Amino acid sequence: MSRVEVEKKVLNENQILAEQLRERYRQRGILCVNLISAPGSGKTLLLEKTLERMDKGARVAVLTGDLQTENDANRLKRAGFPVKQITTGGTCHLDARMIDKHLADWRLEDLDLLFIENVGNLVCPSSYDLGEAAKVVLLSVTEGEDKPLKYPSIFFKSELMVLNKVDLLPYVPFDAAAAEENARKVHPGMEIVRVSCTTREGLGEWLAWLEKRQKATREARAATR
Amino acid sequence: MLECEGFQVGMHELGIATSILESVQSAASRNPGVRITKVGVKIGELAGVDVDALQFGFECLVKDTEWEPLILEVESIPRVQRCPKCKHEFRMTDYDPQCPKCGEYATQCISGEELDIAYMEVDE
Repeated sequence: MSRVEVEKKVLNENQILAEQLRERYRQRGILCVNLISAPGSGKTLLLEKTLERMDKGARVAVLTGDLQTENDANRLKRAGFPVKQITTGGTCHLDARMIDKHLADWRLEDLDLLFIENVGNLVCPSSYDLGEAAKVVLLSVTEGEDKPLKYPSIFFKSELMVLNKVDLLPYVPFDAAAAEENARKVHPGMEIVRVSCTTREGLGEWLAWLEKRQKATREARAATR
Repeated sequence: MLECEGFQVGMHELGIATSILESVQSAASRNPGVRITKVGVKIGELAGVDVDALQFGFECLVKDTEWEPLILEVESIPRVQRCPKCKHEFRMTDYDPQCPKCGEYATQCISGEELDIAYMEVDE
């Protein structure tokens, strides 16, 4: 019997494809943001409100993932931007191959910003790189403030946490400061914005974060030209 | 995609187990005549993988196939932080990132995210 050292990523195939996607986005100056949360935390509504506030000529598109139904895509299409639903059948996350396949008939040259709305799940999506520049995790105040400690992987890997549905804070026993402290225990220095899609509180901060990241993307592209 | 007892593999750890078994299959097809008996993986604390569920998924995939009795050996990798100021490296426990030597809070994670195949054992 002998042992052969391998040293290979378990999700190597996904990783290779994700790096290819990242390079394609980089060359074209596209900011790709991967939105992740538990089911019902408000990813789709946040995207609807975000798209509503975009200029009509904005070069933005959305890929949205669910196990079944076209419901989310139908909601998001109302804003008039390109939207495609990815139905995974039973799979609990999106992987790089699904992204590659669904991007095939879009011209990436026509995009500056690509949102990926992942399948509602705090566990599996954290393992699959989709080539995004940043993961953004949503936590809503109707969940528990200890979620970052229970699901540390996704909070560690996300650049920004959107603390969502803050208009409900007066009605629920949720300690927002404790939730933020927990997120920063897992991910020291993590950026956090408090948002309500109902009252629009914090939407400006969220859009400012997007603009800051888009500016960095454009500058990085210009620097390599 | 592999199937497990008639169901397509979708559950997270089962998906990871599938990727591991696919790596074993591809190594076996490149080395005919070699029998792979064990595959070793490294799983970081921050990888978001439950080791028991992974073992269960892997057993389920291998059972009653030509791969039996292929063994999955998991090495869990703890989260280690490095202090940018004093360069001290320490095991992070209870989500406390503070450097125990100099007190710095903004320490960086240097391991604990692994999801790697480390080795395979073969009978020749």
